[in-house]
Amino acid sequence: MNKKTNALVQRLTLTPYSVWAVLFIVVPLIFVAYYAFTDSSFSFTFDNISRFFTATSVIDDGETVREVHTYLVIFWRSLKLAVISTLICLLMGYPLAYIMSRASARTQNVLLTLIMIPMWMNFLIRTYAWMTILQDTGILNGFLAALGLGRIHIIGTESAVIIGMVYDYFPYMVLPIYSVMAKLDVKLLEAARDLGCPSVSVLRRVIWPLSIPGVLSGVTMVLIPSISTFYISQKLGNGKFFLIGDAIEGQYTANNLHFAAAIAFILMVILLACMALMQKLANRKLIVA
Amino acid sequence: MKKIIELKNISKSFDGEVVLDHINLDIYDNEFITLLGPSGCGKTTTLRIIGGFETPDTGDVIFMGENINDMPPYKRNVNTVFQRYALFPHLNVYENVAFSLREKKCSKDEIHQKVTEMLELVALKGFEKRSVSSLSGGQQQRVAIARALVNRPKVLLLDEPLAALDLKLRKDMQKELKNIQKATGITFVFVTHDQEEALSMSDTVVVMSEGRIQQIGTPIDIYNEPENAFVADFIGESNIVDGIMLEDRKVSFSGHVFDCVDAGFAKREAVDVVVRPEDVDVVPEEKGMLRGVVTSVTFLGVHYEIIVDINGFKWMIQTTDFVDVDEHIGLYIEPDAIHIMKKSEYSGMFGDYSTFSDEMEEIGGVEIEELGEIETESEQAT
Repeated sequence: MNKKTNALVQRLTLTPYSVWAVLFIVVPLIFVAYYAFTDSSFSFTFDNISRFFTATSVIDDGETVREVHTYLVIFWRSLKLAVISTLICLLMGYPLAYIMSRASARTQNVLLTLIMIPMWMNFLIRTYAWMTILQDTGILNGFLAALGLGRIHIIGTESAVIIGMVYDYFPYMVLPIYSVMAKLDVKLLEAARDLGCPSVSVLRRVIWPLSIPGVLSGVTMVLIPSISTFYISQKLGNGKFFLIGDAIEGQYTANNLHFAAAIAFILMVILLACMALMQKLANRKLIVA
Repeated sequence: MKKIIELKNISKSFDGEVVLDHINLDIYDNEFITLLGPSGCGKTTTLRIIGGFETPDTGDVIFMGENINDMPPYKRNVNTVFQRYALFPHLNVYENVAFSLREKKCSKDEIHQKVTEMLELVALKGFEKRSVSSLSGGQQQRVAIARALVNRPKVLLLDEPLAALDLKLRKDMQKELKNIQKATGITFVFVTHDQEEALSMSDTVVVMSEGRIQQIGTPIDIYNEPENAFVADFIGESNIVDGIMLEDRKVSFSGHVFDCVDAGFAKREAVDVVVRPEDVDVVPEEKGMLRGVVTSVTFLGVHYEIIVDINGFKWMIQTTDFVDVDEHIGLYIEPDAIHIMKKSEYSGMFGDYSTFSDEMEEIGGVEIEELGEIETESEQAT
């Protein structure tokens, strides 16, 4: 086959994917942007964008009455819960990924399957399961009471929302870190030990820097969906912790498509900026270290 | 000479398979010692036991008089050059070499001075800021050597360090390694399956097979006075025939009685006789001690390599005189070209060139390389 036909074949085989990408990725994004910058009669406007930053509402917690920027507060809350969940996933997932990558092939397969099984269950069912566990009269409190310990109130708190998010997104943290660590050359670890490193130093000076790409993709894969999640907060937070995802869903169901699109658009821009920054920091860190 | 490392009665098995079988070996200060053998002979495992990456099942590793069986690698005054270098991909050349110094919390000036000195030693000055992945195989090799030597270990372990280099570079690195060893005075323990490499570089060669040491000696001893048929065959080319020791300095083989220089065998003891291909003279048939028919002739530049059928046993002979296939020739063997060995478990397994051809040798060579890969893989797994 000559070069020309080769290139043609290559382009032809790519066509279905290109069409798919345009139809289901590019076109929807254009629509989101289009809606975000238009009003209900589809004439250009910045109103939706500025509403996000300026809209206020009044909070009355019984003692003080405060006026706050509605969506900025919501966004800040989403960010906070998402960052906390991501950190917990990282703290729990990193050691697990390391242990898995050093285990026997059999153990690795068993652990991988165990981690992935929850992903095969429906997201809603998983969240409902946590509701029955965390309720005031739920399984957890029943267990605590049986042990003679006091009951705890956890449903409807930020903790409940974080537990739900960590549970749902944990596999997305473990798997990318694990896949990077599994590929790590054992000889590098031996070389570090040979050159005077006790285990802690091997971890700090070789394993950690070489696993940063996995950590980054794990963080991205947990942070992004947990920042825009909506269902978990409604079910486990008793609707008290309105998150940015809930705001989008609320505006959408209330038929405010343009404002919903504006929130989505702003969220997207902020996330892209964050990711770009993270990538840059990681690159520099890799070169300097 | 001072003993640095003593291996006493070391045995090691992986999954019930014996890899090392009661190894005893003394390594002396300032020597270049090579563990030589085919893949699976236990040479890499021996090295890993010295490095602390494997613990022997039985026996003791003594380092400068102290038992170090249970000492972890990072506490041993021994460093390793790994087979595929194992350079840290996230660090540049300078930081790779400085790795162990940073662990010891050396001062910035000290690190700079030592790293610079090492990079000079391996001729990589000016490469400090380069990423290791941008270096050629030979350059990566040098970084690995500098990194292992920067701490001035008492012993440097080298695990087939030249296996991945092409022939020309390998020859250069052999000389350079030898020079570095002389310049630093550090004991080098070198592992290879390449007998030429072992002979040209070493002060002492340790020939291993099937987890046991077959012979320890200088390269010249190993070549001229092989202990058994395995060593004779593995080091260079050898014709190995059955013989009978008639009395001191008289041996009979291939239907002729020869004068030789060996003594101390029982009367009429069955022995293995080694004659190197280059030590046989081709003479006219009627003047030969042995007579045979030439079955193949290969021109190799410096000499011809001919296969001669003598009563059904095929001899390899290297000669500068041209002979033709099917020619009847005589062979003349000087007494000091004959080396007598005791019978061993390897008797009869080597030294007959009846199945020999260049093609076979090539195929054999490839197999050895591949087996080498498998050996290291399986050792990693355990």
